[in-house]
Amino acid sequence: MVKSPGGIEAWLVREPSIPIIAMEVVWRDAGEKRAPANQAGIGGLLAAMLDEGAGDLNSQAFAERQQDNGISVSFSAGRDHFSLSLRSLSRSAGTAFELAELALTRPRFDDEALERLKRSIATQLIRDQEQPGTIASTTLYATAFPSHPYGRPQRGTAESVSALGREDLKAFLANELTRDRLVIGVVGDITAEQLGPVLDRLFGSLKAKGDPVAVAEQPPALRERPIVVDRDLPQSVVQFMGHGVRRDDPDYYAAYVMNYILGGGGFNSRLTVEVREKRGLAYSVYSYLIPMRESGIWQGGVATRNDQVAESLRVIRSELDRMRKKGPGEKELAEAKTFLNGSFPLQLSSNSAIAGTLVGMQLADLGPDYIDERPKLINAVTADDVRRVAERLLDPSKLLVVVVGRPVGLGG
Amino acid sequence: MSIHARMMSALAAAAAVLAAVALASPAGAASFDPKTFRLASGLDIVVIEDHRAPVVHHMVWYRVGAADEPPGKSGIAHFLEHLMFKGTKLIGPGEFSKIVARNGGRDNAFTSQDYTGYFQTVAVDKLDLVMGMEADRMANLAIPPDEVEREREVILEERRSRTDNNPGALLAEQMTAALYLAHPYRIPVIGWMHEMQGLTHADAVAFHQAHYAPNNAILVVAGDVQPEAVRALAEKHFGPIPARELKPRKRLQEPPHIAARRVTLEDARVKQSSLSRYYLAPSYSTAEGREGHALTVLAEILGDGRTGRLHKALVVGERAPAVSVSAWYQGTALDLGSFGIGGRPRNGTDLAALETAIDKVIAELLENGITEEELARAKSGLLAGAVFARDSISTTARIFGSALTTGSTVEAVEVWPERIEAVTAAEVLAAARKVLDPRRSVTGYLLPKPTT
Repeated sequence: MVKSPGGIEAWLVREPSIPIIAMEVVWRDAGEKRAPANQAGIGGLLAAMLDEGAGDLNSQAFAERQQDNGISVSFSAGRDHFSLSLRSLSRSAGTAFELAELALTRPRFDDEALERLKRSIATQLIRDQEQPGTIASTTLYATAFPSHPYGRPQRGTAESVSALGREDLKAFLANELTRDRLVIGVVGDITAEQLGPVLDRLFGSLKAKGDPVAVAEQPPALRERPIVVDRDLPQSVVQFMGHGVRRDDPDYYAAYVMNYILGGGGFNSRLTVEVREKRGLAYSVYSYLIPMRESGIWQGGVATRNDQVAESLRVIRSELDRMRKKGPGEKELAEAKTFLNGSFPLQLSSNSAIAGTLVGMQLADLGPDYIDERPKLINAVTADDVRRVAERLLDPSKLLVVVVGRPVGLGG
Repeated sequence: MSIHARMMSALAAAAAVLAAVALASPAGAASFDPKTFRLASGLDIVVIEDHRAPVVHHMVWYRVGAADEPPGKSGIAHFLEHLMFKGTKLIGPGEFSKIVARNGGRDNAFTSQDYTGYFQTVAVDKLDLVMGMEADRMANLAIPPDEVEREREVILEERRSRTDNNPGALLAEQMTAALYLAHPYRIPVIGWMHEMQGLTHADAVAFHQAHYAPNNAILVVAGDVQPEAVRALAEKHFGPIPARELKPRKRLQEPPHIAARRVTLEDARVKQSSLSRYYLAPSYSTAEGREGHALTVLAEILGDGRTGRLHKALVVGERAPAVSVSAWYQGTALDLGSFGIGGRPRNGTDLAALETAIDKVIAELLENGITEEELARAKSGLLAGAVFARDSISTTARIFGSALTTGSTVEAVEVWPERIEAVTAAEVLAAARKVLDPRRSVTGYLLPKPTT
């Protein structure tokens, strides 16, 4: 844990064995959801514009400075959060921090770059209409969150993006990327003494406080009938959504274990065994929990020949039902816990991954002792907890289902 | 289960880009410093130590891929990869991954034109277990026939997901078939649908018999291990498996290419047209001197998304004809490599105009060569990429596995940064003039189908 002279906190893991530095920064609750509806897509556009030139460096010069020094500075916007990801050779770290500082404090937002990126987004929006998976997920979220920013297309719309200007970007940057929302993780060949002043340089001039963000529960709106988006495809792409949990839900670990057994465990999940291994209905069938700040989401998908959609959905629904009624077997539960505990350290084998985990822990309001606490929390989940949370969250008769394709026999 | 060719080509390109170490870093970073052994049975072993975390990435690579399939059996290499999870004399169908997971590990596999790989990421104390399981399915594969029937449906769905549902992938498949006149790289790794439908249990068993032997495999272990301990474990598990007589990997070779080819796919699902071009190129294995390295540098200079020539000429500026452009070199191949260019026009520009504009950029480069500044910048990016590659034990292991299954060597990986550093502007120009020859190319147009 590092606290800068100016009071900015970061989590640091010193790792001198490889000459690289990874820094992950998240502005909590500064994501796309903060945009008014007529500015949908502003988060993504801002993220793309921030490394398009700053200070005396135009877009080209800014990019050249990165490539010449083995540096990558990039921004991204999610529905909830806004992020900066920095990678640098240790020897170029000074330049890397300088570029990030420039991007945050003196971005140029030149007309040429702005028009170019707006053209690029407009094209991507058209291409999104070619991708069955994107069509499915856009429809899924629009239906689940009809009156919430989560329901908007993440890239925005052709109208909203074309109307955005540099003043809008400046305002979003100033009002949303504030100091009080910062969450920082750093891993690499750098000491706490070196990092402290860097934090002040990068973030010290940001506005101290953003407007309060109401974090209120907004459950997805579910429905009984599948939505079919007609497309002439040989294979239907299906996505479905049920209730999940937020990260602070008391049932979080029970839901986590439940989802692993049901559809999160790759080749070992019940959905894969029933849909793929026993019946050969699909190459891929999966589910995962998305603990959004303002909603708990359980989401999944399958892709299968048009004439097998109905059967696949029947099998999936019956697995939800089985989990609700009977829960997991004792052995199945024990094996799930072994995996979830045993595999966690595997993701901590690279600097980049550790930096991401440091940020994730802080976003979830966990302490550094979480690494030790996590196995206890998972081991405490009982078979009945899993059954109970499945019953609470997953209603097979009220599953939001979107099918993109020409499914056969889904009518009834 | 599988990362198939179309994805693989991007990945292999990345691996080529990343193919090595930090020798160039003034910080004096060491190289991967791999240790290599060979067992009496012919199994090659590569160990790369990384002691940052008590984790190990364990891979078994076979020197066999889709380009080694018998005629009419396209997809069998990849199908066998799936069936390798369907049981042995000791382990039941579907149990392999369950055992790995029960031990806190993750596993998967992949198939390309030149190699097939299996891997597990596990805590270091589980290395013994997973190595034993890999040795077991090398020697004792026992696939129940009814599993073949079901799994065939799975690979057909996989083909629909990856290829048939995606017009861009369909065009790439057609272009690849046109690029190679004779070489089996023309056939997709996933297979042609009609041939996949006819693949049998006997086909899979025969393919396993012919190619899955210790003298056709490479064990790559990266992570928190000591080389001698890995050698001992390998002796224990793979040592007893006898070598097998192998047929040489001889693929049909290309005749001279004398005519530029064009492929157009009109598809009602396409909303945004795009173009791409593939050129036949030497691979790292077949290249003369530093030709492969020069082509890697050339791909950066032409194709970098921000500083590349194509981006600057065709994407930047008010009247720019494109919204995005790219260039890549696929040099990780046993036989021929390829060089590619792609572009998406802005609204109101047609593909022919974009193609003309791309050709102008290429012609200018072939006429005047590259600048020293461009050369230095491209090298910096590539050499930094080689350092970043070391951050991941799976990337590290993959670099060695793909090199050794495509005719390259551990030494070549180790000196990759030095050779990149040594590339001259003249070498880049010579490589560009040789490779960017329209007669050795296919140009593909992806267009919306006009509504009738």
